Amino acid sequence: MVRLITHNLLACHAKDCNTNNFPLEFKDVQLEIREADFNPDFLKGFMPKIEWKALVDTARQLGDTSLPLEQPEMLDDEFLKNLHHVLLEIHVEEGSMTCPNCKHVYPISNGIPNMLLAEHEIG
Amino acid sequence: MIPTPNLSHLKQSDYDLIYEPAEDTFLLLDALEVDADNLKNSKPRVCLEVGSGSGCVTSFIANILGPSVLYLCTDINPHACQCTLRTGVQNHVDIHVVNGSLDEPFQQRLSRKIDVIIFNPPYVPTSEEEAMIAQSSRNIGGAWAGGSDGMLVTNVLLQRIEALLSPNGRFYLVALKQNDIPKILQTMEQRFQLCGEIVLQRRAGREHLFIIRFLRGNKTLNQ
Repeated sequence: MVRLITHNLLACHAKDCNTNNFPLEFKDVQLEIREADFNPDFLKGFMPKIEWKALVDTARQLGDTSLPLEQPEMLDDEFLKNLHHVLLEIHVEEGSMTCPNCKHVYPISNGIPNMLLAEHEIG
Repeated sequence: MIPTPNLSHLKQSDYDLIYEPAEDTFLLLDALEVDADNLKNSKPRVCLEVGSGSGCVTSFIANILGPSVLYLCTDINPHACQCTLRTGVQNHVDIHVVNGSLDEPFQQRLSRKIDVIIFNPPYVPTSEEEAMIAQSSRNIGGAWAGGSDGMLVTNVLLQRIEALLSPNGRFYLVALKQNDIPKILQTMEQRFQLCGEIVLQRRAGREHLFIIRFLRGNKTLNQ
């Protein structure tokens, strides 16, 4: 279950790839929406760790335009519910993620991203 | 008493492919329980278990810390990733699993942002060759084969812990007497100003097991 919260934390770590290596680009994805428990405390606590632009851009690529381009200062319920949905309820079940820099492809299968590198690709 | 996670969904066919929770796992659970108040008081937001195997340990700590923490797990063994997910579902814990090596997938984005790191490494002394083959074949042997002093894999992660931990972060490590605990403690303190303390130790058959907790230098600040 690659969700956008996980995706927002994954960067390409192939050898010598350390600039423009985030966010990874989703390709050929199969999405599933699954409800999760709404927890405002979790969201508020996690917000400082989010790369906001990457999250908004990725959500838009996947068809969700509910998040504002700038992280708002006032965290009202409507915003938090949208954030909850984007971070935790959109599941990428199949597909892949491509590094914008080195073009390394990380496959996703059965909801689990494969971030393993071959011996010669390790930095 | 914090209940041991329900693992009834895992079968022998799973344990042919992944490490079955054993004395080392249970000692780690006991140590987390001993440290439960400190853990809660440190108000963690992000918890990473490296090499989560069955997912038993993360499901347990999630029971202590509750749903306001992000639980991340990595494992090089794809079957272990599936088992970790299933164990999360079985125990009503939301776990985010990545098939990856150690901290690598999160290294860049979570630099100094992880509040709790847990590692029960492949600590059993074996030949270096056996340990390296086990890691590259990404199977069950990778869960225990640790090279000549059992530290082949552990040493790699130890180099990176300081860069991952948040200012108030803590790191729990399972180790064996043969891994040379005094040397681990000395290295971590001298090179990284991470102070290690033994939370629990237990003899289990031939193994003398330790759970070490590391905190950043200034203990009065960290407790």
